[in-house]
Amino acid sequence: MKRHLISATDLTRDDAVLILDTAEEMARVADRPIKKLPTLRGRTVVNLFFEDSTRTRISFEAAAKRLSADVINFSAKGSSVSKGESLKDTALTLEAMGADAVVIRHHASGAPYRLANSGWIDGAVVNAGDGTHEHPTQALLDAFTMRRRLVGRDAGLGEDLAGRRITIVGDVLHSRVARSNVHLLHTLGAHVTLVAPPTLVPIGVEQWPCEVSYDLDAVLPKSDAVMMLRVQRERMNAAFFPTEREYSRRYGLNGDRMARMPEHAIVMHPGPMNRGMEITAEVADSDRCTAVEQVANGVSTRMAVLYLLLGGSEPAVTTTRTEENN
Amino acid sequence: MSKILIRGAKILGGEPQDVLIDGETIAEVSTGIEAGDATVIEADGKILLPGLVDLHTHLREPGREDSETVLTGTRAAASGGYTAVFAMANTFPVADTAGVVEQVWRLGKESGYCDVQPIGAVTVGLEGKQLAELGAMHDSAAGVRVFSDDGKCVDDAVIMRRALEYVKAFGGVVAQHAQEPRLTEGAQMNEGIVSAELGLGGWPAVAEESIIARDVLLAEHVGSRVHICHLSTAGSVEIVRWAKSRGIDVTAEVTPHHLLLTDELVRSYNPVYKVNPPLRTERDVLALREALADGTIDIVATDHAPHPHEDKDCEWGAAAMGMVGLETALSVVQHTMVDTGLLDWAGVAERMSFRPAEIGRLAGHGRPVAAGEPANLTLVDSAYRGPVDPAGFASRSRNTPYEGRELPGRVTHTFLRGRATVVDGNLA
Repeated sequence: MKRHLISATDLTRDDAVLILDTAEEMARVADRPIKKLPTLRGRTVVNLFFEDSTRTRISFEAAAKRLSADVINFSAKGSSVSKGESLKDTALTLEAMGADAVVIRHHASGAPYRLANSGWIDGAVVNAGDGTHEHPTQALLDAFTMRRRLVGRDAGLGEDLAGRRITIVGDVLHSRVARSNVHLLHTLGAHVTLVAPPTLVPIGVEQWPCEVSYDLDAVLPKSDAVMMLRVQRERMNAAFFPTEREYSRRYGLNGDRMARMPEHAIVMHPGPMNRGMEITAEVADSDRCTAVEQVANGVSTRMAVLYLLLGGSEPAVTTTRTEENN
Repeated sequence: MSKILIRGAKILGGEPQDVLIDGETIAEVSTGIEAGDATVIEADGKILLPGLVDLHTHLREPGREDSETVLTGTRAAASGGYTAVFAMANTFPVADTAGVVEQVWRLGKESGYCDVQPIGAVTVGLEGKQLAELGAMHDSAAGVRVFSDDGKCVDDAVIMRRALEYVKAFGGVVAQHAQEPRLTEGAQMNEGIVSAELGLGGWPAVAEESIIARDVLLAEHVGSRVHICHLSTAGSVEIVRWAKSRGIDVTAEVTPHHLLLTDELVRSYNPVYKVNPPLRTERDVLALREALADGTIDIVATDHAPHPHEDKDCEWGAAAMGMVGLETALSVVQHTMVDTGLLDWAGVAERMSFRPAEIGRLAGHGRPVAAGEPANLTLVDSAYRGPVDPAGFASRSRNTPYEGRELPGRVTHTFLRGRATVVDGNLA
């Protein structure tokens, strides 16, 4: 694996499967009475968040803490960043404090890439979402969720998602989740179809390893998983679609539409959901919707990523390890 | 003033000849001229061009002296072989009054490295709402003849129409920065395959092409001439070609970077490649070269845009747009146009000296290398090859996309009215 995780394209098929398998091991730890591993004791993980995202931040925080790392949360709001400090100076500060890994969320596409490749810091960089570019750990936790549900918890170990049909619906243009998912799912052998109004599909999408459809109803019966992306209501003001209701009618997932999906197919959502917009309450609260499961899986997956980037070759989960020989 | 004899120079790439400069003027051009008391420069087969003229330079003074001043900018210009530059109006304060253009003009006179011809803003504060006092700027000591809101587009069709009409009274020309503002809100790079992947806001070709199409039609309707700044797409080339074939009085420029670089470079997220208009695709680059060769695009202009280090040493979204270009322009043109066989040196002189001076109605520049003409000359060692080293730039800024890149050609001497501003590659 590479030293940093910036894009889903950084991962080979074997890297991705290793992360998913390691995440399963991590998930087992979560079932124990004591949910903590000593693996990253003495290592420092900085959560550098230039954008509000409580969900992602606490997910990374829980993951690092379960691995016994020291966690520093650096939020851009109310910090020197809001006083005009540059990304470079922030990075140099974190470097001086001895950060072993920097988990960065930034509103500018490419900011994690710059952080990893500018020579400003030595630590590993994990992209926790940059602008409208990528969100690779979200794609990993989504793939983890799909493998568990579609292949099986134990049966899935060592397996990818070959031949599975995944449909991603919504604001692809502005979605880092969609970009990372398209790449990772392709790497794992799945067939991806994007469904969106044409205004919310980027120019240049024809080069992506996926198909594009404007017709949700036609795609649903051929889907093993349907991922609904959050659609910001404000997009309406920039004429991406006429009204919230029209969007919902044409591209929202309701009970009737869900019934057109194959029996085994699941509904996914990266959260936070706009109930009544891209997804109805009926679908969101059904057994087929994995939104809450995805949150739990996020912690295991991020533990796996941090462990593999920082922990090196030692086994992640041992039962014999004591504090003395650590 | 002393005499200088340039011996054995290939004028516009022709057979070697001697050129005798006496004072501010070329005294004689022939073979076997006696040196007498003249200082001799052995040209040894180097190319002799008329002093280059840049129709599009950002000198940043007044206001952003941390990026460039008139003095450092004209030193950079001389290093690059230029004897005249047109200074863009987007300074702080904006060059939208006779006072500001006269200040820039005076600073140029004082620098002594290169003539500075100020460009005046079309509208007050570049805001596109109200015409600036174009006549006052023309009548000032600066004698402004080119007007531009460059950095911003004159997007209001009525304001553009009026500006085109109004400057006819004194032979002016409006140089349009063609960028439809609504289509480029939040734009960060060329819209296409690479922007889709990188998740950077797209700057579609149509935002440039739609404005050019409108403006050539406006120019035709009111019988004015119009100049298109930094044309960057294959579609724009087709529109300008169509307009010229129709007899519309349109001229166009291309920057050196749009002749060489593509949006693939943005994959590095290195803001040194962030520029407006953005780097386009390989197809566009090839169309621009062809258009420059066949005359559809009239001239090369640098759009020299200096920025301080901190404005490029950051994430892409926060970075400033623009590249320095004065000191690498001729090398890039040799690399993309001469060494590829698309253009000979006479063609380079036409596109980097004669035509820009003509479009800007600039007297004393862009003149033939002949007896009786002002001695504005550039001597180029076209056999030179070497990596670009920004540390050696005369410009105050270093934001070049060519750092470390091997490029051909080097300006060894520049003469401004008989005075050497560059000698053996060093500023005099």
